[in-house]
Amino acid sequence: MNFFDRFTKGWQKYRKPGYYEEFDYAWTMTIDLDRCTGCSACVTACQAENNIPIVGEKAFAKGRQMQWIRIERYWEGEYPNAKLSFIPMLCQQCDAAPCETVCPVSATYHNQDGLNTQIYNRCIGTRACAVYCPYEVRYFNYNDHHWDAPLDQQLNPDVTVREKGVMEKCTFCIQRIRTAKDEAKDDGRRRVRDGDVQPACVQTCPTEALVFGDRKDPQSKVSKKLKDPRAYRVLEELNTLPSVVYLKKVDADG
Amino acid sequence: MDKLQYADVNRDVVRSLVETGPRYYTALFIAIGVTLACFFFPWFYQLYYGIGAAGMNHPAVWGTYLASFIFWIGLSHSGTLLSCVLHLTNSEWRKAMYRSAEAMTLFSLMVAATMVLVHVGRPWFVHWTMPYPNQMELWPNFRSPLLFDVMAVATYLTGSSIFIYMGAIPDFAAVRDRTSGWRRHMYVLLSLGWRGTDKQWHRLGWAYTFLAVLIIPLAVSVHSIVSWDFAMSIVPALHQTIFAPYFVVGAIYSGTAGIVTVMFVLRKYMNFEQYITRVHFDNLGKLMLVLSLIWTYINILEVFTGWYSGTSTELEAMKYKMFGYYAPLYWEMIAFCAVAPLLLISKRFRTSFVPMLILSVAVNIGMYTERFLIVTTSLSRQYLPDAWGLYVPSLVEVSILIGSLALFTTLFLIFVKIFPSVSIYEVKETMATPNRRPSEEGVPQWQPTS
Repeated sequence: MNFFDRFTKGWQKYRKPGYYEEFDYAWTMTIDLDRCTGCSACVTACQAENNIPIVGEKAFAKGRQMQWIRIERYWEGEYPNAKLSFIPMLCQQCDAAPCETVCPVSATYHNQDGLNTQIYNRCIGTRACAVYCPYEVRYFNYNDHHWDAPLDQQLNPDVTVREKGVMEKCTFCIQRIRTAKDEAKDDGRRRVRDGDVQPACVQTCPTEALVFGDRKDPQSKVSKKLKDPRAYRVLEELNTLPSVVYLKKVDADG
Repeated sequence: MDKLQYADVNRDVVRSLVETGPRYYTALFIAIGVTLACFFFPWFYQLYYGIGAAGMNHPAVWGTYLASFIFWIGLSHSGTLLSCVLHLTNSEWRKAMYRSAEAMTLFSLMVAATMVLVHVGRPWFVHWTMPYPNQMELWPNFRSPLLFDVMAVATYLTGSSIFIYMGAIPDFAAVRDRTSGWRRHMYVLLSLGWRGTDKQWHRLGWAYTFLAVLIIPLAVSVHSIVSWDFAMSIVPALHQTIFAPYFVVGAIYSGTAGIVTVMFVLRKYMNFEQYITRVHFDNLGKLMLVLSLIWTYINILEVFTGWYSGTSTELEAMKYKMFGYYAPLYWEMIAFCAVAPLLLISKRFRTSFVPMLILSVAVNIGMYTERFLIVTTSLSRQYLPDAWGLYVPSLVEVSILIGSLALFTTLFLIFVKIFPSVSIYEVKETMATPNRRPSEEGVPQWQPTS
C-alpha cells in the first residue's frame, strides 16, 4: 500500500462519525406524533432523572429554561379555526453532528454506541455547539443552580450536577444504557436485549408514543416502527443524520 | 518637511517620551480608572455569578462579547497589514505613521484575546484549546474552526509583536543615547546593543522585509479564520462562502478608520503636526473610500445570495435582518459604513482633520454594529420557530464594552511613553541629507538589500 492509499484510507476513517468503523449499537428513538397528546410527562420525567435545574421565574422570562426534551407548539390559523400541533424536541443524536466538529476541546463527541455525548468536565463554555445545532436542543448553565431542601434529596446519584459555564443536553439517559450493558455482561449475554433499557421519557410516556431501541437489531420494536411510511426526520435536508425518527400525524386534512 | 533637521526629529520624538504633562497623567488616570471600574469589576462579577450576568439566552447564546472580539480583531487588521504592504511598495508616507498603526494592531489583538476570556463559560480552562502534551493524553479538536482561530490569533500576535519591536530597535538605540536614569537602562536592554554599523543595518533591512512578506498572508488568514467560526455553521445567513472576504475587507476597513482616529489624536496631543500631515489623511481617506465601496458591494451580494437561495430559512433571516427587531441598527450600519464614506470622494473632505475624525469614528461605530448584527440576527432566528428568541445586551455587557475601549486606551497611553511613536530613522530617510544638495531624482531612499 503506497502513501496515497494509506492517506485515502486514513482520511475516510477520519470522516466517519467519532472515527469508528462500526458502532456497537445504534440507539434510536421513534416518536409517534399521532399518539402524542402533548401532556409534557416526558419533560417532567427527564427533569427528575437527569438532575435538570428548575431555573425559576426570572431566568425563564429571560429565555434560559432548561428542558432536555421540550414540547414545541405550533398554531395554524386564527381562532376559532385554530389548529394546534406539537412536537417533542430533544437532542437528535445526529450521526453527522455539527456540534461535534466545532467544539475546540472535543467536549462533545461520538461514542461507541453512536451517541452524541457531552463531557461536562471538558467543556469550556464557548457555546459554539449550541450555535451549530440546528435543533436548538443544547442548554447552557448561565449560573450555578441549587435545589432547595428537600428537593436536593431527590437528585439522581447516577447523574452529575453541572456547574456554571457548562453546556448540557439530552444523553438518551446514558446512565441507564450503561447499567443495562453492565447487566448484560454479568448475565453472560453479549448484547442488551430489546426493552432492557428505556430513557426516562420513554418509560413515562402514557400513550407509548415514544419508543426506544437498537436499530441494528432487525427484530426490535423500534426497527419495526422505522418501516412505517409515516416516518420522517426533522430538518432532514441538512443531512445531519438524526437518530430520532418522527412518525407523522395523520389527520382529517391528510 | 524641508524645515526639519535630523536633530529636530530626535528632539521631538525623545521629548514625546520624556516630557510628560499633567494632561497625560489625567488621561492615564481616567483610562485606568474606567478600565478597572467598567471592565475588570463587571468581569469579576461575571466570573463569580456565571455568564448569566450577560444578556444571552437560549437561542442567542453568543452576544456582544463575541461581536467585540471580531471588532477588535478587525481593528487590529490595518496596522501591521497596511504597514507591511506599504513597506513592500516603498510608500514614503507610511514612515511617519506606521509605528502607532502597528501598536494599534498589537493592543487591539490583546483586547480581543481578553474578550475571548470574557466570552467563554469557564475561562480558567481556556488553555485546553492549545495543543500541548498533557497527562490526560487529550488533544484539542483539530476539526474545529475555533481551534484554528486560537492558533491564528496567537500566531498573528507573535508575528506583529516581533515586527513592531524589530522595526523599533534603531529608535531605541537613538533614544538610549539621549536619555538618562532608569529610562536609559530600559532602552539599553531594548536596543539589544544596536550600534548602527553597516552590517546591522543590512541585517535589519533583510529581516524586516522578510517579516513583512510573512505577515501579509497571515493577516488575511486570521480574519478569514474568524469568519469560519460563523461560515462553517449551518445557521441561515451565516453559512455563506462570501464570509471570509467579507470579514477581511470589513477588518481592513475598520482598521483604517481606527488609524485615522489614532493619527488625529497623536497629531493633536503629542505635537506631531510636522510629521503627520494632510498627505497621510488624504491617502488614508482614499483607502477608506475604496474599502467602503468593496464592503458595500459584499453587503449587496450577501442580501442577493440570501434572496437567490429561495429557501424559507434564508429568506426569513434576510427579512429579519433588514426589517425585523434589529432593523434600525441595520440601517444605521448602512448609513455609517456605506453612505457616509462617499463624502471621501471630495479631496477637501479628505484633507480636513476634524471631519475625517468624525467619519472615522462613525465608520467604526457602524462596523461594530455590523459584527453585532452578524451574531444576533442570525442566532435569534434559526430553523425551528419555537426556539426563536430575542437578545438584548445587559448592563454588564455594555459596561465591559466601554471598559474594553478604556483598556485599549490605557495600553496605548503606556505605549506612547515607552515606544517612539514616530519612527525616527525612517522619517529621517524621507528628509534631505544635511550639508548636501538634494539629488535630481529626489531624496535617496533606503532600499533593503536582498
